[in-house]
Amino acid sequence: MLLTKLRKMLDAREVSAAELAGEYAGKIEKLDDGVGAFLYVNREGLAAAAARAQARIDAGEQGPLTGIPVALKDNLCTRDMPTTCASKILEGYRPPYDATVVGRLRAQDAVFLGKLNMDEFAMGATTQNSYYKPTQNPFDLTRAPGGSSGGAAAAVSAGMCAAALGSDTGGSVRQPASFCGVTGHRPTYGLVSRYGCIAFASSLDQVGPLGLSASDCALMLDAISGPDPHDQTTSVHGREPCAARLGRSPKGLRLGLIRELLGGEVDAEVRDAVYAAAKWYERAGATVTEVSLPMLRHAVPAYYLISSAEASANLSRFDGVRYGHRAADAKSYGELVARSRAEGFGREVKRRILLGAYALSSGYYDAYYKRAVHLAGVVRAQYDEVFREFDALLSPVAPTVAFETGKIPDDPAQVYVADICTVSAALAGLPSISTPCGYTKDGGLPVGLMITGRRWADPLVLSLADAHEREFKRKDPPGYIM
Amino acid sequence: MSTAAQTRYITVIGLEIHAELLTQTKVFCGCPNTFGSAENENVCPTCLGLPGALPVLNRSAVEQTVKAGLALGCEIARWTRWDRKNYFYADSPKAYQISQLYAPLCLGGGLEVGGRLIRLNHIHLEEDAGKLIHDGARNVTRVDFNRCGVPLIEIVTEPDMRSADEAAAFIEQVRMALVYAGVCDGKMEQGSLRVDANVSVMPEGAAELGTRAEVKNLNSFRHVALAIEHEAERQIRLIEGGDRVVQETRRFLEGTGETAPLRSKEDAHDYRYFPDPDVLPLELDAEFVGRLRASLGELPGARRERYIGQYGMSAADAETLLARKFVSDFYDEAVALGADPREAGNMVRGEILRHVGETGAERVGMDAGDLVKLLGMAAAGEISANNAKRAVALTLGEGKSAEAIVEAHNMRIREDPDALAATVRSVLAERPDAVRSYKDGETKVFGFFMGQCNKILKGSAHPKSVEAELRKQLDS
Repeated sequence: MLLTKLRKMLDAREVSAAELAGEYAGKIEKLDDGVGAFLYVNREGLAAAAARAQARIDAGEQGPLTGIPVALKDNLCTRDMPTTCASKILEGYRPPYDATVVGRLRAQDAVFLGKLNMDEFAMGATTQNSYYKPTQNPFDLTRAPGGSSGGAAAAVSAGMCAAALGSDTGGSVRQPASFCGVTGHRPTYGLVSRYGCIAFASSLDQVGPLGLSASDCALMLDAISGPDPHDQTTSVHGREPCAARLGRSPKGLRLGLIRELLGGEVDAEVRDAVYAAAKWYERAGATVTEVSLPMLRHAVPAYYLISSAEASANLSRFDGVRYGHRAADAKSYGELVARSRAEGFGREVKRRILLGAYALSSGYYDAYYKRAVHLAGVVRAQYDEVFREFDALLSPVAPTVAFETGKIPDDPAQVYVADICTVSAALAGLPSISTPCGYTKDGGLPVGLMITGRRWADPLVLSLADAHEREFKRKDPPGYIM
Repeated sequence: MSTAAQTRYITVIGLEIHAELLTQTKVFCGCPNTFGSAENENVCPTCLGLPGALPVLNRSAVEQTVKAGLALGCEIARWTRWDRKNYFYADSPKAYQISQLYAPLCLGGGLEVGGRLIRLNHIHLEEDAGKLIHDGARNVTRVDFNRCGVPLIEIVTEPDMRSADEAAAFIEQVRMALVYAGVCDGKMEQGSLRVDANVSVMPEGAAELGTRAEVKNLNSFRHVALAIEHEAERQIRLIEGGDRVVQETRRFLEGTGETAPLRSKEDAHDYRYFPDPDVLPLELDAEFVGRLRASLGELPGARRERYIGQYGMSAADAETLLARKFVSDFYDEAVALGADPREAGNMVRGEILRHVGETGAERVGMDAGDLVKLLGMAAAGEISANNAKRAVALTLGEGKSAEAIVEAHNMRIREDPDALAATVRSVLAERPDAVRSYKDGETKVFGFFMGQCNKILKGSAHPKSVEAELRKQLDS
């Protein structure tokens, strides 16, 4: 159910915050054995949180999210729930502080249902790289929900929470939103604080909302965005509330269809759905033309080098000394660190740490890291150029719909290539949203449309998605899982 | 080792001086920057390196680094950035140190020491690490993160020094510049100033520098001098013995003053430096730097020139006054209030520095105005020069005003001819033998009588009056 509707019901006392929380908790109970979206369900804290929210509603002091049951990706620090990044190395870890985004939701008395599964340390696009369990796609339990915020997308899709917070480093909000048929927004880099979001790649990570609509995402974004004294990379730009800006018509807007992301490697059904959405925008009064961004071909390698390099440093703090998994009976500091990390990290995480450390090594720095940073600059410059003629860009979110978990290629490079649609906006720090735009004929799997805008144009990107959603018939996952 | 061998080699020294800044809070978080707190009292998610925590640059640390740079003649970068230096060690909670490799805050600079210019390469701003506490009894190591994240500047010199003494003199000049600039307390014994010395030797007249070894973590002037001397001797011995010096990091052994290997070049870390994406690059405009330059105040070099050139002080006397900034400040205040520079200098170097040395005080325990008053009274003949000194010592000790001390100890000279005559009479009456000697022409006993009189009068009569009365009675 949409947040605005829940808001009305709560404010009209048609439902209490406790009843609403119970409703969602019941759904988790019923569905999550099959889906596997939650790593932790907040059974202990739920009643108290709902009571606080209700008191606020009763006092007439509610905010837009007061009493709304939401869930959080497990890389967001919560002082009252474990925070593991789906890694063994943080098994049972309880942070002593809340992430800024968590604190801001708490300040409105949103009700936290629990913590959501993800690829370990947000490295992956399948949510099969969790130390604890895989997450399945509610549209087809044999398929992946995408990732790394796969738990968040699956939970929203299956109605196990009203909305969720994920994080997007190279597509980790948008791609799972697309695979699970929900809306997911990657904010402009610097719009949302990263303080307390356990870092994967600091120059790319951005916390973003997933919801059943762009308008729900806008409400969530408004709650969490804005400068944070704990995060220097947050900006005073883009402080305008997004929710209030929705409802504008696409009329007169210049939209570009990215040619490089609509080629032969993209499934025909995905392409068709994106073209159909483009046609809709034309009918609504926008001009849609194809545009070429040839530099996007550099985006995937640049992204993997930069993100892995930063990750190799960011993940060094997990040494078994102060928190998290500690190897037993180590004889020296060196052995303690080496064994704790060897035992605590999964394969994909180790692969990226190795790749990143290599890219930064003396003698290789110029050829890899420095060159990747240069290419990211080239990609950014190309976007700047294109945005002189276009207000927003349209593309698929991924070349395919959700894939079967049994058919994920063993070769990581093949998996990485599928990030082609999403990583470039991340490299350029641009706002980018995924919104449903179609379903496959066979199996009814969702297809997502990606809309990317200029820096700080989050309101425009959200309102473009919102406009389409108002006329598009979004589908819930099939009844047999619900 | 033979003296002959030593004279054939030149010791070449470059230094890395680490100085802790005097900011209120740490460099990337809001924890207090204080020394001597209970273990792990001043910590937060950021300086503990907890997952998800982020650094936020402390402006005041940047300002103090710039001030240090200006005090040491550096050029201030227009644009600066921080880098991550990656290495695993238990005192480094993130397993990287936020430092500056590619674009340090201050560039170049230097100081003249004994007429020779010692050049700086650069100064950069970084975070300090925590402290390991080895508990041998329980066979555990604890980590105290209070120091972790304390702002640290690293002052890197060119290899311009040629002896241990010169290196020690340079460090003292740097220490003074930092203290005068108000950015470091300069306390080596508390670790707020630590030195790594890069030492090499080369035959006299050689075109190329020899292979260097780095001696880490020297925390006193004595250690610096000892370590450099021993290290140079060791290297000369190696070369004389037909061996090569290997490039390596060595540690200083406090017990023997010698150095021992820590790690070789082959084991050297690859720190994998790269720009820290969490800390934004910083632009420094001319106005910002100008404001800091204006706030610097007078630096030791300028003060030294003033003391020697304007006040006619000897170089050694000037150095004595300058060594402690609060003493030099006190002196300047007294002079500004009208004290005679020479008289005030003598008093400050004498009574006041003695008191500071004995008590270990970090401020002068009297008003500069009181010193001016006492010097004025002495000059005007109201108290004797000796009593002026006594009054200063008593003022420092008792914390009372100078005037109260003068009155309480009856130091004021009173012109009371009858009392003076009586005192002189009693002194002469006690030693008729000496009086006789004087009359026989042995005039040197006059001094003896002066002394006896002063003992009784304790400065309450003017020496000239005493002398006149004494002569009058003896010659009558």
